[in-house]
Amino acid sequence: MLRFILRRLFVTVPMVLVVVSLTWGLIRLAPGNFYTGEKPIPPAIEQNLRQRYGLDRPWYVQYGRMLGSVAAGDFGISLHYIGQPVNGILASALPVSALLGALSYLLALVVGVAAGVLAALRQNSRLDYASMTAAMVGISLPNFVLGPVLVLVFALSWYWLPPARWNGFGINLILPVVTLSAVYMAYVARLARSGMLEVLRSNYIRTARAKGLPERTVLLRHAVRGGLLPVVSFSGPALAFLITGAVVVERIFALPGLGNYFINANLNRDEPLIIGIVAFTSIAVLVFNLLVDVAYAFVDPRVRY
Amino acid sequence: MAEAPLLSVEDLATWFDEDERVVRAVDGLSFEVRRGETVGIVGESGSGKSVTSLSVMGLVPRPPGRIVAGRVVFDGQDLLQLGDDAMRRIRGRRIAMVFQDPMTALNPFLRISTQMTEVTRLHLGHSRADARAHAIRMLETVGIPDAEGRIDDYPHQFSGGMRQRVMISMALSCRPELLIADEPTTALDVTIQAQILELVSQLKADTGTSVVLITHDLGVVAGMADRILVMYAGRLFESAPTRELFARPANPYTRGLLLSVPNPLQAKGAELYQIPGLPPDLAETTAGCAFAPRCERAEAVCRSTPPPLVRLTAERESRCHFASELFQAP
Ligand SMILES: Nc1ncnc2c1ncn2[C@@H]1O[C@H](COP(=O)(O)OP(=O)(O)OP(=O)(O)O)[C@@H](O)[C@H]1O
Ligand code: SF4
Ligand SMILES: [Mg+2]
Repeated sequence: MLRFILRRLFVTVPMVLVVVSLTWGLIRLAPGNFYTGEKPIPPAIEQNLRQRYGLDRPWYVQYGRMLGSVAAGDFGISLHYIGQPVNGILASALPVSALLGALSYLLALVVGVAAGVLAALRQNSRLDYASMTAAMVGISLPNFVLGPVLVLVFALSWYWLPPARWNGFGINLILPVVTLSAVYMAYVARLARSGMLEVLRSNYIRTARAKGLPERTVLLRHAVRGGLLPVVSFSGPALAFLITGAVVVERIFALPGLGNYFINANLNRDEPLIIGIVAFTSIAVLVFNLLVDVAYAFVDPRVRY
Repeated sequence: MAEAPLLSVEDLATWFDEDERVVRAVDGLSFEVRRGETVGIVGESGSGKSVTSLSVMGLVPRPPGRIVAGRVVFDGQDLLQLGDDAMRRIRGRRIAMVFQDPMTALNPFLRISTQMTEVTRLHLGHSRADARAHAIRMLETVGIPDAEGRIDDYPHQFSGGMRQRVMISMALSCRPELLIADEPTTALDVTIQAQILELVSQLKADTGTSVVLITHDLGVVAGMADRILVMYAGRLFESAPTRELFARPANPYTRGLLLSVPNPLQAKGAELYQIPGLPPDLAETTAGCAFAPRCERAEAVCRSTPPPLVRLTAERESRCHFASELFQAP
């Protein structure tokens, strides 16, 4: 197990290297520069800026410097937020995104598992059909539609919740969390339902019933583990999707999270900030997937690394 | 008047709803199991053996299954009339079951200790420590080496034969009055099969438990059962004491089954007899005998009139128009 973890951590290095290199290349391919605005700037100033930020050096020097910054974990100074270190921006934006993501996934797990398990227990009942229809809608509705609709209904028509504004962690998170969580809630509900249905038909559940165990014990002790295993394995990919989803949701609700900064950084061609966010999130995704695999081995004793 | 039987199944009918059709998996089955007796149930695949055992246990999946008629009288009470809670107190405690496939019958996510102790904690009110000690004793009884060291292992750490031993020890841990074993050895190697059967007979001798041994292999029940029930298409075709059934089968279907048992005296490579044709579709009701299309003895009456279950002696019955003839002149 320990060897497995170390090996996986080790392959994280080349993977992050590939991701940041691709990102770096793409920034270079994109037209424009951080100093190009609507108004053209005098050539002398442009020359100065290029020199100041090392853009006049050969590409491999710039690439090497970028890799160095990633390796050191110090991504330098933002080109757009003048004078602000990228690490400082990451530190301020991370809690926002992490909270948004964690709450969304938690909500998806709680509601999704509950709906999925109940649907499986009452297969083909009205409850089953209702929750699976809701899940279908949840999966097909993009968050950039769902978000504004929720705002329209709950904030602008009924005035129940604030539409979009960041004033710390509180009630203003409800709409973004629901928007981001909807798709995962739907996926989790479907995975939980099909997983439970399969397990409830299995031989070992029949054995548990043949032993005279109460239905509650059959469900909680015998069925839930195997039935929810697909939900556990989904947690890995879910994080990757949550991150992309968060980019959109943070934008819609104007939350100062990594996603929102990421969009701004791209619009501004703010290379250090882009590289910082990309490197950080790819490491987070890889480590989180590792944690999921480790958790899997704890749930399923047959899995050994 | 003889002692009342431990289990008496009367006119049991268990059907399955399948789209537009109704599969009559068990249809009008009656039999008895006395205390301390071993009854073998044999029949080809699909003859309703497993559905019979699940009906007795109250474990028929519903839907699609439903018990449409009959009584399952166990020690004087009709199990089909019992509520869920009362039935649960009987399952695992007074009637226990061992299933065919030991590889999937144990929960892969739970330690053997958890799976063993939950039964006795539930039914016998054992404390955690008592239940554990009891489980270790049970595992030793069924011949698990180093039971104490292995009780906290998971099922996948045991071989198929060892898992079936675990299943048997779990089933017997509350000293049930009736043990139903549904093809307990079919999934195992031949040598392991013999060991498991030997174990069952020995445990039975020690505890006096009644056993219903289900199999499609007449060779398996020959050495173990006191009486044999032959099922075909959800019905009882013949019942007789084991020795008599082998010596003088009074039903053409039983004869076919007996002919298809490999005979060790027969020359190697000699072609084994097989009953021609396939079992009928249980969703279609036939006018006559369900076995008629495959029966060598069949006559016109077989195709028009369902054969009655003929009582031949106090211990023997056969479902055939020619039961008495066959019984008298083999
Ligand atoms: N859950 C179910 N749903 C629908 N039909 C079923 C179900 N269980 C059993 N049946 C039907 O009942 C019939 C009898 O099946 P059963 O399992 O009792 O046969 P068996 O005698 O145990 O055969 P085998 O030797 O293969 O185990 C089969 O035709 C089967 O299609
Ligand atoms: S009733 Fe007729 S078809 Fe059926 S077993 Fe007897 S002889 Fe064969
Ligand atoms: Mg069967």
